[in-house]
Amino acid sequence: MIVGEQKPLAEIKEIVGPYRKLLILGCGTCVKTCFAGGEDEVATLASALRLIFKKEGQNIKIEEFTIERQCENEFIQEASEAIGRNDSVLSLACGAGVQAIARRFAKIPVLPGVNTTFIGVLESQGVFTEECSGCGNCELAIFGGVCPITRCSKKLLNGPCGGSRHGICEVSPDTECAWQLIIERLEALGQVHNLRCYISPKDWSSSNSGGPRRLVREDHII
Amino acid sequence: MKMEHMSKLEQILSRGEFAVTTECGPPRGADSEVVIKKGETLRGYVDAVNVTDNQTAIVRMSSISACTHLLNIGLEPVMQMVTRDRNRIALQSDILGAYSLGIRNILCLSGDHQIFGSQPDALNVFDIDSMNLIRTVKTMRDEGKDMSGFDLKEPPKMYIGAAANPFADPFEYRVIRLAKKIDAGTDFIQTQCVYNMERFTEWMRLAREEGLTEKVQILAGVTPLKSVGMARYMSKKVAGIDIPEAITKRMGEVPKEKAIDEGIKICLETIAQLRDIKGVSGVHIMAIEWEEKVGEIVESAGLLPRPL
Repeated sequence: MIVGEQKPLAEIKEIVGPYRKLLILGCGTCVKTCFAGGEDEVATLASALRLIFKKEGQNIKIEEFTIERQCENEFIQEASEAIGRNDSVLSLACGAGVQAIARRFAKIPVLPGVNTTFIGVLESQGVFTEECSGCGNCELAIFGGVCPITRCSKKLLNGPCGGSRHGICEVSPDTECAWQLIIERLEALGQVHNLRCYISPKDWSSSNSGGPRRLVREDHII
Repeated sequence: MKMEHMSKLEQILSRGEFAVTTECGPPRGADSEVVIKKGETLRGYVDAVNVTDNQTAIVRMSSISACTHLLNIGLEPVMQMVTRDRNRIALQSDILGAYSLGIRNILCLSGDHQIFGSQPDALNVFDIDSMNLIRTVKTMRDEGKDMSGFDLKEPPKMYIGAAANPFADPFEYRVIRLAKKIDAGTDFIQTQCVYNMERFTEWMRLAREEGLTEKVQILAGVTPLKSVGMARYMSKKVAGIDIPEAITKRMGEVPKEKAIDEGIKICLETIAQLRDIKGVSGVHIMAIEWEEKVGEIVESAGLLPRPL
């Protein structure tokens, strides 16, 4: 899923400050799962902001609404009335959601309430880890299912570097050495020979380096 | 213009003579005199001088220019090149430029992560890794082609080096990685500094077993310790350094004013032991910001005079 983290309250307060009628719009998919922008977070944030503004004697009306996904027009449609009633939208979706909403409503400012952090997994309760860079050309087969492009701090394809110690990356004691994980995994799979394979330079053209990407599925176009 | 002169380091190693290299860190400033002064203290003591490439991710005079200053005073540089700061286009361009300036040796590295430097907010590039940089230089040299397959008019005939760290984990994989670097085109290896002789000896044994010492010249790294504090700091804070407790203890047991002598003594003992290991073709003395000590170490180690 796409993992995100709600922006600090002070920052949110600052960016919604100029407006008088605010819709806090939640998204019920990825950001809900990572507790950043689902219905519950919308309610908590709305209460917190109401309290702050009341204390400061500011009259800002806050409405709450959550849709299933902010990245699909079919769901965005459900929010159009609520958006129309307000002079601003604070989207708690990922960056894609914020932009999809902004695209549909040309005259209403759509503000981000969440920092989109990465594509990752829920490692344990409250802990998320980055696993995929969305490079557009998945090579996990040769790396035993561990992505060095995302999980090695240097994106080494022929690692590990000299900074791998006791399975830990030199960059941080909290970071596992991706190459140690790759080696262990290949050992478990009986594919250690992969380690001797020379991996040629990555073709980054399928990644964001090649410019913003567009996926066309001819078979789905009617 | 034809530029046929060959790497001196390559000539020495291919004659089977024990080589001595050292390291020179360029200044955090634009003064060429700093490089020249460091270079002068090394004259006659070493066969080649590595010039670091923004080591520990701190901005310094570029390796390529500091190498040129050394060339101008008649020293032979080894240009270190990391893949952290430049993409494949810039790397290849600088390899061509370096050769055109008379640089004949290159050490291909991925580079310290920028988090250890003075500008941790920098973007890292790592477009290609060190393995692919080695292969790129080899293809440029032997096939005369750049990475796109374009025929280069004057291929850069570089003598290609790479680093190896026998002290990083997982140990069993270190020799496989060395083999990969050799397959990619490495002519010589300079290792991380050796303090843990037991582990280094075992790594060399495994390398010999795989026949790797027949294919590559291995220069073992050494770094003289200045104090027990330095030993502790390097052991704990510098990635990939392994200093056994016995060495730290030895540094701690001498009075403070004798620590430097003890560090040099340990370094000389290490060099003597390294010379006895089959497959070790030379030493790489990394006296960090202590270049003036290199001559003394080389002389006391009985490695003078250097071959011409």
